[in-house]
Amino acid sequence: MSETLSRARTATAPPGTPGAPPRERADRPAPTGSGAAPAESARQGHRPRRLGPGRAVPFGRLIGPVLLVAVWWLSSALGYLDPRILSGPGTVLATASDLVSTGRLQDNALVSLQRAALGLLFGVLAGVLLAVVAGLSRSGEYLVDGPLQIKRAIPSLALLPLLILWLGIGEQMKVTVIALGVAVNVYINTYAALTGIDGRHVQLAESLRLGRWTFLRKVVAPGALPGFFVGLRLGVTSAFLGLIVVEQVNATSGIGYMMFQAQQYAQSDVIIVGLVAYGIFGYASDALVRIIERRALSWRHTLAR
Amino acid sequence: MATHPGPLTAAPPAIRTSRLVRRFGEREVLREIDLTVGAGEFTALLGRSGSGKSTLLRALSGLDHGVRGSGELAVPERVSLSFQDSRLLPWLRVLDNVVLGLGGRRAEDRGREALAEVGLAGRERSWPHELSGGEQQRAALARALVREPELLLADEPFGALDALTRIKMHGLLRELYERHRPAVLLVTHDVDEAVELADRVLVLEEGRIAVDLAVDLPTPRSRRAPRFQEYRDRLLTALGVHPEPVPSEKNDA
Repeated sequence: MSETLSRARTATAPPGTPGAPPRERADRPAPTGSGAAPAESARQGHRPRRLGPGRAVPFGRLIGPVLLVAVWWLSSALGYLDPRILSGPGTVLATASDLVSTGRLQDNALVSLQRAALGLLFGVLAGVLLAVVAGLSRSGEYLVDGPLQIKRAIPSLALLPLLILWLGIGEQMKVTVIALGVAVNVYINTYAALTGIDGRHVQLAESLRLGRWTFLRKVVAPGALPGFFVGLRLGVTSAFLGLIVVEQVNATSGIGYMMFQAQQYAQSDVIIVGLVAYGIFGYASDALVRIIERRALSWRHTLAR
Repeated sequence: MATHPGPLTAAPPAIRTSRLVRRFGEREVLREIDLTVGAGEFTALLGRSGSGKSTLLRALSGLDHGVRGSGELAVPERVSLSFQDSRLLPWLRVLDNVVLGLGGRRAEDRGREALAEVGLAGRERSWPHELSGGEQQRAALARALVREPELLLADEPFGALDALTRIKMHGLLRELYERHRPAVLLVTHDVDEAVELADRVLVLEEGRIAVDLAVDLPTPRSRRAPRFQEYRDRLLTALGVHPEPVPSEKNDA
């Protein structure tokens, strides 16, 4: 049946075209002759056109960044870029090694990392604690969830003036700002996961007459873990966001302080070193969380395989 | 109304309900059900959707908190419930699923034994999603059995399986039943399944037990046996489906 159909189609095509390979035909401009149109439609009927993206090239993702750096390098080498606006890659590398050898970069990075880590720690603890309180008891839900949903609508950074008023401009304020942002992210996702526990699993637990503690340990906690990790990853991002902001406020140390100082002296190379440091922190911490997540959710990992 | 003579044994009945009523809003889903299922009795519960099968099962398993109703209900201490889906927790390995909530030092050994019994020896460390649908249902059966239930409540346990797997599971369930002798209440909408497996078939209709039929056939049962067909036709008629030659007699137990 289909054989006769295709034979009928080829019959309508003008002589010469049926033998041409499809690839060549695709490269040709759209046919203008009246006789070519039916042949074109007949050929498309044979093989569907690919609509998805093509085959992946190994390390293809690196092409964009490498090209960007190359353009940067080239334009500063050719003198198109004013070093006061943007230093060249060579200067940045030299500055970075300079900052490392004097210890300035490590010292500031350590201070920044410590702030982020402390904020993350307190934020995660508070977020999980509040989520557990709100997610596992009705009264907890009524007391905790409302205020936190309101807090969610107010960016932590908008609370900065108030927090400076209360806590001053020291480390306490900085860590608190970071922790607030982290806590909200962790809370929202963990709470949603806790309340979204599959009702069928709850039913199973009841039918097996699990005790409350076993139920929490074997059903609720593993069920809520994926949601917690979503919150944790968002929390890590928000920790670095908070870090960058608080380090602009009367800081006397940290990567942000280093960059702020460089701005005063128009040292764009130092600013870029700071940006790269922030980028590495963000990327590395996200990668770390992903590794932990994969370990903790190994049952899921095999599912995606 | 629906008391079945059953085997006269000294053991107390596995299920005894009297004037059991369950309501959803104004609607009475179970209407004064009096049911006695003897210890070790294999009973199937048939009924069209909406007839109250699941409500009765949930009432018997004690999972219907918040549902209004009245009446008396007595079930043994050890009751296992199995569901239409295997309901294995995806984050626990098969053995951990089987022994979930089971105390005692020998729990793991007992879990292994139960898995071996359902033909899943060697799969203890697998994740549930690595098992086929039939294997998952067998693991769920192991989870139900390892608790040594006096009463096994099964809510359409084979409903989601393909026809071939279903046949194997029927054989397995009957075999396990004969070895362990719990009372079984199998909820199903498959008349053939009910007649093949159960020694007594109930038909629930609008919240009442309309038919209570003892299946007196030797096991293993052949679906092609004339008497099998007879039981089947009677039950189909009771369910409002008319098999080819309409039998006139209706059971009104």
